[in-house]
Amino acid sequence: MSTDIRIKKGLDIKLIGEADKTTTQLSLGSVFAIKPESFHKITPKLLAKEKSHVEAGQALFYSKADERILFPSPVSGEVVEINRGAKRKILEIIIKADKDQQFQDFGKKDVANLSDDEVKAHLLASGCWPFIKQRPYDVIAKPDDKPKAIFISGYASAPLAPDFEYVLKGKEAELQAAVMALTKLTSGKVHVSIDVNASLSPFSNLNEIELHKVSGPHPAGNISTQIAKIDPINKGEVVWTVSPQDLVIIGELLLTGKFNAERTIALTGAQFNTPSYITALPGAQIKDLVTNNLDDDNTRIISGNVLSGTKVDTEDYLGYYDTQITAIPEGNDYQLFGWLLPIFNKIATSRALIFSWMSANKKYNLNTNTNGEHRAFVVTGAYEEVFPLDIYPMHLLKACMYKDLDEMEALGAYEVAPEDFALTEFVCTSKQPHQQIIREGLDLMIEEIG
Amino acid sequence: MGLKQSLHNLKEKYKGTKMAPAFGAFHTFLYTPNDTTHSGGHIRGADDLKRTMNIVIIALIPLLIFGMFNAGFQQSIAIHHNFSSGMSFFSSEFWTLDNFFIGFWKIIPLVIISYGVGLGVEFIFATINDHEVEEGYLVTGMLVPLIVPIDTPLWMLAVAVVFGVVIGKEVFGGTGMNILNPALTIRAFLFFAYPTWMSGDKVWVTGAVQRTQDIAEGAKLDAITGETILGSLAQGKEFMYSTWDMFYGFIPGSVGETSTLLIILGGLFLIFTKIGSWRIMLSATLGAIAMGLIFNGVVDAGWIGEGSKFYTLMTTPFWHHLLLGGFAFGVVYMATDPVTGSQTNKGKWIYGFLIGFISILIRVFNPGYPEGVMLAILLMNVFAPTIDHYVVQGNVKRRLKRLKAKTA
Repeated sequence: MSTDIRIKKGLDIKLIGEADKTTTQLSLGSVFAIKPESFHKITPKLLAKEKSHVEAGQALFYSKADERILFPSPVSGEVVEINRGAKRKILEIIIKADKDQQFQDFGKKDVANLSDDEVKAHLLASGCWPFIKQRPYDVIAKPDDKPKAIFISGYASAPLAPDFEYVLKGKEAELQAAVMALTKLTSGKVHVSIDVNASLSPFSNLNEIELHKVSGPHPAGNISTQIAKIDPINKGEVVWTVSPQDLVIIGELLLTGKFNAERTIALTGAQFNTPSYITALPGAQIKDLVTNNLDDDNTRIISGNVLSGTKVDTEDYLGYYDTQITAIPEGNDYQLFGWLLPIFNKIATSRALIFSWMSANKKYNLNTNTNGEHRAFVVTGAYEEVFPLDIYPMHLLKACMYKDLDEMEALGAYEVAPEDFALTEFVCTSKQPHQQIIREGLDLMIEEIG
Repeated sequence: MGLKQSLHNLKEKYKGTKMAPAFGAFHTFLYTPNDTTHSGGHIRGADDLKRTMNIVIIALIPLLIFGMFNAGFQQSIAIHHNFSSGMSFFSSEFWTLDNFFIGFWKIIPLVIISYGVGLGVEFIFATINDHEVEEGYLVTGMLVPLIVPIDTPLWMLAVAVVFGVVIGKEVFGGTGMNILNPALTIRAFLFFAYPTWMSGDKVWVTGAVQRTQDIAEGAKLDAITGETILGSLAQGKEFMYSTWDMFYGFIPGSVGETSTLLIILGGLFLIFTKIGSWRIMLSATLGAIAMGLIFNGVVDAGWIGEGSKFYTLMTTPFWHHLLLGGFAFGVVYMATDPVTGSQTNKGKWIYGFLIGFISILIRVFNPGYPEGVMLAILLMNVFAPTIDHYVVQGNVKRRLKRLKAKTA
């Protein structure tokens, strides 16, 4: 059975540098790093020692809050260095990859015959648990919860997002295995949403899922948008989410016993000579992935998409969850009378002598300039145009800013993730850091309410 | 070394000093800054607050220019008593350079005082509080000269601007934090502190007050007067203006409020650019029509006699109210202030409707001062957070209901 979800509010930011549908199989880079920071709110406890050897899939550290949650190495190799920051906080675990990769064998499983607890134990032991995130708060799920549903968004609507239909082609078996495992973990259903136009989506023919077809502008593909339309989160309820490429990793683990974290990564954005797809492991060094393809002169490299990704440089490493690298020009230049003259080469939802409304399909080469200074909230009504949830965005933001937990709860903070505020942040004429405000608000709730 | 680089070096030099806010204000006027995103999304929309405010100023400039012509025109017809009703909008009697320069030399000082004093106060507060000079006053500074009588003494305006900016805005924390519309606070201050300069039949025509004084000192001149239509109506007097005159704006009034035609065009521009809220403009118009119809209905029902002092204003056809006084100007440019208005879309409907409704109510029943839009907007500014509170509570209740339905 499939149900259709249509949203009207939102904004498709069309940028140049969409990835060509060709995938280059890159040879394995030499240095990898896992950053505990990629796992929000996790305090790592080290298992791996410096100078020791790890196999792919072997745990590097576990969560202080729940020692069953293991964080595996994506490669086999030698742990060469553990970089620490202030208060001996672990920043990076650096691994020098072996020439021949060795995988820890977790054993093939026949999902149909596994019990709920066996599935859970298997995912925890194999280091696949961090792929499962929970709402509220958008953090790694707690193994003891029984979520009321599990949501998978098979539709990436963010700017220049990888095309799931392309990257998941031929992965039906893995997806099916993973979905079957997940159905055992929830008391409800596994909901999968796909683009209404994706005729060949590998999800269309899966069993044991509830398929939804989504249409509309970004953030139609955001999981919060879909949850709100399908089965909104109430106070006290928990849902889990998994992203499609991570499902494939879980599926492969179940089918082969190997933790193979290889993903198809989209190289996108105006600063790539040939935007296209590559294969890579999480934690790979950026320079290994972008060599000979990147125009690195005054470029912002982003691990992830332009709305919610992380700023990196070529010496940095691909984020653990990221399936996209975006490179756009830095905007660190002044603009003469930038607030006064008509603008033809940038996007805005208002028509304040900005002409992006005239050409809906034009693709833009946006840079990282803020196009103005930080101000108090002034303009009203603009956020609502790009915000499809039944929440008053400005009121929730303000509640987060003045740290009123009751109000945050009442206004719907359980239903949102920082990425849901990426578009309101984009259109904000006061240039307020919406995603940061929401993240800090959610973190406060985790600490105070849990 | 180019200007851009020199300014950049100066900015670096002033960073962290007391000079930074003042320098920043000039610098960002010339150049939008080189700031790049450092948290959250890596790209940002092209519009900022300066641009937003500038759009409102663009929408006000035709009114300013029209006001200059009208100042000269009103003086000329007051002296020569040669007003002929029914001119076309592009009448050559109106658009003369003589008219323009009479108004120009009266109005430009108002603009200079408004901006000079207001921005001065902003600079001082920005320097003391160590934040950037914010754009809010750019619009306020343009609104102020347009909503005062043309002969307002400059010192009075300066005092009022200081009061309005300090008490109306800065004590609350500056742009974005204020409860009352600063421009209307300035006008309200003038209205209550110097009532003789804000109403009557002398203040709307430039030179009328001066001439009255000259006559009192023995000069052999004819007194000139010019009463606004609302003033005439409040006193039950006849007036000589046709509906088209009102619509085009060939009537006495505050500098920028007379031309309903240009205000509508400005309003459409604001709606098109998505800077002004169409919800507020539309609902305020509906509110005014509703109140006007009620008054007309009361008269038609015979509940009020010709002897009543409210009779003339109550019999005024409901749609005339939209053309008279500062209603159109207030609704398009002042009620739509996003900071002091309602912030939710549903709230905007209620807020706007009540502004229109109460404007006409005050206009008809206030004997002392025949205009209500200023007071109506200020009153609703105070109520806007309350309206929003109930609208947001509706959302909160919906959420709780969903939870109850689940657990029940």
